[in-house]
Amino acid sequence: MERTALRRRLSWTQARVVDLLDETASVRSIVVEPPEWPGHRAGQHVDVRLTAEDGYQAQRSYSIASAPEDDHLVLTVERLEDGEVSPYLVGELRPGDELELRGPIGGYFVWEESLGGPLLLIAGGSGVVPLRAMLRHRSAVASVVPVRLLYSARSLADVIYRDELMQAATGLVDIRFTLTRARPEGWTGYDRRIDRELLAEVAWPPDDDPLVYVCGPTGFVETAAGSLVDLGHDPGRIRTERFGPS
Amino acid sequence: MEGLDGNAIAGSLYEIFGAEMTDAACVCAHCGAERRVAELTVYMRGPGTVVRCRSCEAMVMTLVEIRGITCVDLRGLAMLEHPS
Repeated sequence: MERTALRRRLSWTQARVVDLLDETASVRSIVVEPPEWPGHRAGQHVDVRLTAEDGYQAQRSYSIASAPEDDHLVLTVERLEDGEVSPYLVGELRPGDELELRGPIGGYFVWEESLGGPLLLIAGGSGVVPLRAMLRHRSAVASVVPVRLLYSARSLADVIYRDELMQAATGLVDIRFTLTRARPEGWTGYDRRIDRELLAEVAWPPDDDPLVYVCGPTGFVETAAGSLVDLGHDPGRIRTERFGPS
Repeated sequence: MEGLDGNAIAGSLYEIFGAEMTDAACVCAHCGAERRVAELTVYMRGPGTVVRCRSCEAMVMTLVEIRGITCVDLRGLAMLEHPS
């Protein structure tokens, strides 16, 4: 089955937009129904292509936010003001519209239960999207792998999936936010950018050999992954995904 | 200019090689560093895509699309695994 999946042809398809969910002021989840979907693995992404009336095309990659077990395929997109694609996806797209996409894509930044743990997820901003798919997948398969998410956001209002993450935080699921710019009154959580000291406090010790997934803007990923290696974590157990302007 | 990583060109590589390539191993022809394609540094802001070794910064791959044809230069790689 894995072999079949590898040889699958990757072709563009028109997916119908069935719902749009506002996650924060600048982030929206797009629920889509591709005509055929081979299934995906938690952490994979799709390519989205927009075509202007004059034929000009722009293409970007977006992480899949839903678990393979979920009823619908969901993409979560952050609007970047100077972006070419995201302002349309977040501001203009309506239910019933069609979105041209291809996927699922990616085999490196993927978590499945057989890979085990303990699982350490480190998110910067909308880097939480593929990690959310992993959390949902872990929950859907009733995995007992311990998981810890460290999620850096500018403010509580910028935390994507806030209610879902807070509700998920029980037993083997440890969810921690660090708010880098603004904190609500009485905030007792972390209040600074992710650095070596914060990771030393939050990450499992290197002796526990955690499997680490880091996703965020390039600078964030460099700092987080570099600090973990400095702390003695095995680089071979750290998987990274960087994103840039879109 | 900040670089991305090999995950960003997963779709293009799939199109070119007919297989998922981000988890494939590769070896830099310049310094010999071995890593996964997903871990290479990728610059997509130019007229083409430039892929560099994360250890020595040597150019290991370039992808340029002209009129629907993608030209791929892999001379910077000593080895590229094909997961078939």
